[in-house]
Amino acid sequence: MATQDVSNMEVPPPHPFMRPATAAMRSERRAFNVFRMATYSVLLAATAIFGVIFVKGADTIFTREFPFVNIAFLIESPETLHVFDHEGQHHEIGDREFRKYMEAHANPTIAEETYVYSAGGIFPCIVGTFFLVVGSMAIALFVGISAAVFLNEYSRGGRMVELLQLAILNLAGVPSIVFGLFGFGLFVLFAPIFASAPDPSHLYIPLGFGYLNFTGWGVSLISGWFTLAFMVLPVVITASEESLKAVPKGFREGSLALGATQWEAIRTNVLPYALPGILTSSILGIARVAGETAPIMFTAAYVVRDRLPWQVDHVLDVLFQGVMALPYHIYVVSSKIPQNAYTERVQFGTAFVFLGLVLGIALSSVILRNRLRARYRW
Amino acid sequence: MSSQLADMPSKIVNPPSIQPAADALPTPTPMIVVDHLDFYYGKSKALHAVNMNIAAKHVTAFIGPSGCGKSTLLRCFNRMNDLIEGTRIGAGEVRIQGVNIYDPTVDVISLRRQVGMVFQKSNPFPKSIYQNISYGLELQGVKDKKRLDEVVEKSLRGAALWDEVKDRLHSSALGLSGGQQQRLCIARAIAVEPAVILMDEPCSALDPIATSKVEELIQELKKKFTIVIVTHSMQQAGRCSDMTAFFYLGKLIEMDATQKIFTKPSQQQTEDYITGRFG
Repeated sequence: MATQDVSNMEVPPPHPFMRPATAAMRSERRAFNVFRMATYSVLLAATAIFGVIFVKGADTIFTREFPFVNIAFLIESPETLHVFDHEGQHHEIGDREFRKYMEAHANPTIAEETYVYSAGGIFPCIVGTFFLVVGSMAIALFVGISAAVFLNEYSRGGRMVELLQLAILNLAGVPSIVFGLFGFGLFVLFAPIFASAPDPSHLYIPLGFGYLNFTGWGVSLISGWFTLAFMVLPVVITASEESLKAVPKGFREGSLALGATQWEAIRTNVLPYALPGILTSSILGIARVAGETAPIMFTAAYVVRDRLPWQVDHVLDVLFQGVMALPYHIYVVSSKIPQNAYTERVQFGTAFVFLGLVLGIALSSVILRNRLRARYRW
Repeated sequence: MSSQLADMPSKIVNPPSIQPAADALPTPTPMIVVDHLDFYYGKSKALHAVNMNIAAKHVTAFIGPSGCGKSTLLRCFNRMNDLIEGTRIGAGEVRIQGVNIYDPTVDVISLRRQVGMVFQKSNPFPKSIYQNISYGLELQGVKDKKRLDEVVEKSLRGAALWDEVKDRLHSSALGLSGGQQQRLCIARAIAVEPAVILMDEPCSALDPIATSKVEELIQELKKKFTIVIVTHSMQQAGRCSDMTAFFYLGKLIEMDATQKIFTKPSQQQTEDYITGRFG
């Protein structure tokens, strides 16, 4: 209102460069504010997510007494929590301790409440996620970098390459739950296992020296690895292609002119310089592999498993076992069991550790990348 | 191009430090024979029935305006054109030491070991100076440290770079100046002891002092190697080559002893070009 009055009175401007209060000026300011607010909302969301997880998770992870970290939570398996009053004292203890307590007190009759997964720790989940990330990233990097080298260095364009590029683009758009189902169908139920005897209940191919039985790999690390690897493959291929393109042509020509084969030129004078870039972009892939729940819930994740991945009878069993995983554990403890004050501790604690682990893996690849970069700079 | 030409004297006088090239055609056995070569980029014809003999242990300069096919021909000699999609030889052949290098039985790898190349933009690998030189030998499977040390020193001396870099062989080649980098690329090429060294405008990014060092080096190298150099600078062709070939629109217009080309060319087009009437 006030501004309108002023403009109606036609007061001469105080100086010739006075900023006019035109409609363009007002919309400029409005637009600027919209953009600014949109940007700040990102900060708000990040603060809210990290803040809540850090504050609530810190309650679980850190303790007031020495050693200030809740080591049990990090190195123990999940247990059922027993809550009861006995001999005038309140007890909140895990399963193992509860059994010892009962033995020591000659199995008294008590009114106890039990809360599943609310005691103990999440060690098997940390280990499982670590195994999943390392294995699937190894597969994804190998296949992805190889594919990028083929597309960028060897292929000479044409229909086939266009088709491949389209496939990669489409693969990037597939929802993760579809990857999970695809992995379930292909790897869990169908993938072949080499054996000395045929399995008549499944499709099998005699090889002469043995048989390939299409029995599937079951819910296992290896099924999870391949499922997750296919999921991040588009990220890795695209990143690797970009990094390869950034390596100057002169290095390739210089190598070839000295009598290098194309593979020698790529190995010695292209890939080493592209690797930092490939690793940088693959960090995104790591976060995704570690974080996705849908692809592993059918292929690799167990709700609970007593044995750790290295507690196996046979070396090959390492591959053919399911594991617990952090994202799936969060899903289980926050939606599959009754909610109460005790489960919150596990939920936030797990989320906290999860974020920490992803941060740790990402940081170590940043360090690795910087080391490589320092070695090759042009 | 035209402004560069405008400053040119109509006759090139060789600087006194460099022996003027022989007036007569050199007659030793040709190292490279180009026989009715037609070359295509896709559908467009880049070289039209080029015929020439390139003498062993001489410096041959290719001159001509941009797009005249001189670099294309140079890159035919070590088959670097193979890397470009859609290129092909339409007719004719290139014989090096008597062998048609486009014969299906020819191994490009061993050809390139015999025909080294120095590029327009110096391209030292982002490795140490030592590794840049030893690279070519390591490709051939040489692992003997002593042998590598010897070759590195010999090549760097051969490229007149040894005294400047002997104390920092293991630091990055990218710390060298532009001229040093280009001489390093020459050292890298001579380390594998090729018969021919192709130079694609090796001085176009260098200042006059670095250029004169490379030109002196070329005079030294021709005692052992056959050198073919593409250049945009006619002064450079006049200063450092024995033979000069003038190309225009994909055709070899004239090839003769350098002094003859720059004093009394037999073709009108050549004279127009070197006197700066077009280009």
